[in-house]
Amino acid sequence: MPHVVPVGYRHRVPKPASLIEAHRLVKRFGDFVAVDGVDLQVQPGEFFGFLGANGAGKSSTMRMIGCVSPPSEGVLRVFGLDPIKDGPVIRSRLGVCPQQDSLDEELTVLENLVVYARYFGIPRRVARQRAEELLEFVQLSERITSKVEPLSGGMKRRLTIARALINEPEILMLDEPTTGLDPQARHLVWERLFQLKQRGVTQVLTTHYMDEAEQLCDRLVVMDHGKIIAEGSPRRLIEQYSTKEVVELRFGNLPPETVARRINGRISEHCERHEILPDRILLYTADGDAAAEAASREHPAPSSVLVRRSTLEDVFLHLTGRTLVD
Amino acid sequence: MVTAVLATRLGRLASTPAGRIWAVCLRDVTAAHSVGYTFLLVVGFLEPVLYLLSMGFGVGGMVGEVVLADGARVSYASFVAPAMLAASAMNGPFFEGSIGFFSKMRYRKLFDATISTPVTPFEVAAGELLWSLGQGAMYSLAFCTVMVALGLATLGQVLAVLPAALLIGFAFGGLGLLLATFINSWKDFDYLGAIIFSMFLFSGTFTPVEAYPGPAQIIVWLTPLYHGIELTRGLILDALSLSMLADAAYLVVVGLLGLWLASRRIARTLCR
Repeated sequence: MPHVVPVGYRHRVPKPASLIEAHRLVKRFGDFVAVDGVDLQVQPGEFFGFLGANGAGKSSTMRMIGCVSPPSEGVLRVFGLDPIKDGPVIRSRLGVCPQQDSLDEELTVLENLVVYARYFGIPRRVARQRAEELLEFVQLSERITSKVEPLSGGMKRRLTIARALINEPEILMLDEPTTGLDPQARHLVWERLFQLKQRGVTQVLTTHYMDEAEQLCDRLVVMDHGKIIAEGSPRRLIEQYSTKEVVELRFGNLPPETVARRINGRISEHCERHEILPDRILLYTADGDAAAEAASREHPAPSSVLVRRSTLEDVFLHLTGRTLVD
Repeated sequence: MVTAVLATRLGRLASTPAGRIWAVCLRDVTAAHSVGYTFLLVVGFLEPVLYLLSMGFGVGGMVGEVVLADGARVSYASFVAPAMLAASAMNGPFFEGSIGFFSKMRYRKLFDATISTPVTPFEVAAGELLWSLGQGAMYSLAFCTVMVALGLATLGQVLAVLPAALLIGFAFGGLGLLLATFINSWKDFDYLGAIIFSMFLFSGTFTPVEAYPGPAQIIVWLTPLYHGIELTRGLILDALSLSMLADAAYLVVVGLLGLWLASRRIARTLCR
């Protein structure tokens, strides 16, 4: 059974105090339930992730935490405060990098930061200094007087991250920060987020990229249809929901279905669990090399064999679908 | 020392609702500064001036004098000029409040980012209203200069009428914001334009309201522009009356109601 945040955690005194705490959190849009009873806690300094497909309820949860979307039900505390009553105070301590960049295209790169800083009541001189430092940090110093519109997608995203940092937030909220970026831009963003983590900035991230979650997150929850279906560190999730290794077998033009029928029954001797896909057979096993060798002795022999470590993607697919029930 | 104290005071003010409203307004100032807004300003200012010249002096040449309610006789240009000032004070804030705001809110989704900061939807609405009011003030100031130059008003009358012009801007700015929240596409602005233009023609602008048939007078009486014109005309033609207090109160109520309802609708759109 998926292990979720223990029931009754409210009676324990969290140590250290959680920055974000949600209990039975629900968000409804008319009849549609976007978030369906979510429990979670985020600790100071943690890099916390929401992993889920599009429409799983990640962004809705983020917006509630960001105090721009009132919860329909349940309890939510950010910095121990109530988002409904203390929205402006909470938001003054958050940095938000939304899914759409929502930059001000009528302003220059620098103006975007300085104008945004004003919303936090940051004095002009401080704002300007921070803006310059942040542009340096996200490698946009050379574009400081440029308009926003001609910037590339990666530059805009970096500028959005810089903007989210202008108030030196205690929590940085990142909603799919690298969606739509090319590999170079993604890696630059990851580097910067990692540096922020080293500085102790608490970060909350949503993503549907498994590698992103695996690289960045200390702890994450997997969301599906508005519910948290698993929670833990990437390593623990892999241990719990997948095997140590995965063997991928391909059979040239032979359909895996046919292969599976021919070596019927013996597949499961080689592994703990297997999955037959249209293009390959996956063997989930603790010892990939042994399974690969055993599979190679079969008839028909696979045309290609790949042994790899289990990833979050295996966990995710196992938990949310496209899978044979064991 | 003094500047340091002042800076601290201002600093504290900056993180209050008033400071945030000001910050929202300053965003528009920054954008206007870098976009080359002057052209739009000139067009907005010229429109009522051209009306004043063509109607006031052109048509006025044939009409002669107008008899006011208190029996005083004034030239047609003097009669029309305060109404053009009211229209000028209305146009800027109304169209900035509606078209400008719509484009920022729905088209460019500017405020999606703004409300992630301590700024609330009400402060967004108020800041935008302040900005459109500032624009209205510029239009009014420019138009007053023209009136003084043409000998249609004295400096004293202009100083007295400017607050009234701001009030008109406040009412129509608030109304513009509210209507903008109901608009779904650019096409809908044609309706707004039509409403504003009919109001412009029939709010006692070019003829005294008494010239209209009874039921029409009631409709005219309901329009905010009519009350605005009553104010500007009373102040410029030195025909003060107690009913002008009611006119002013009407404009305040329209503006406040517009602002309040708009901010509620903005909150519902942005904070789903």
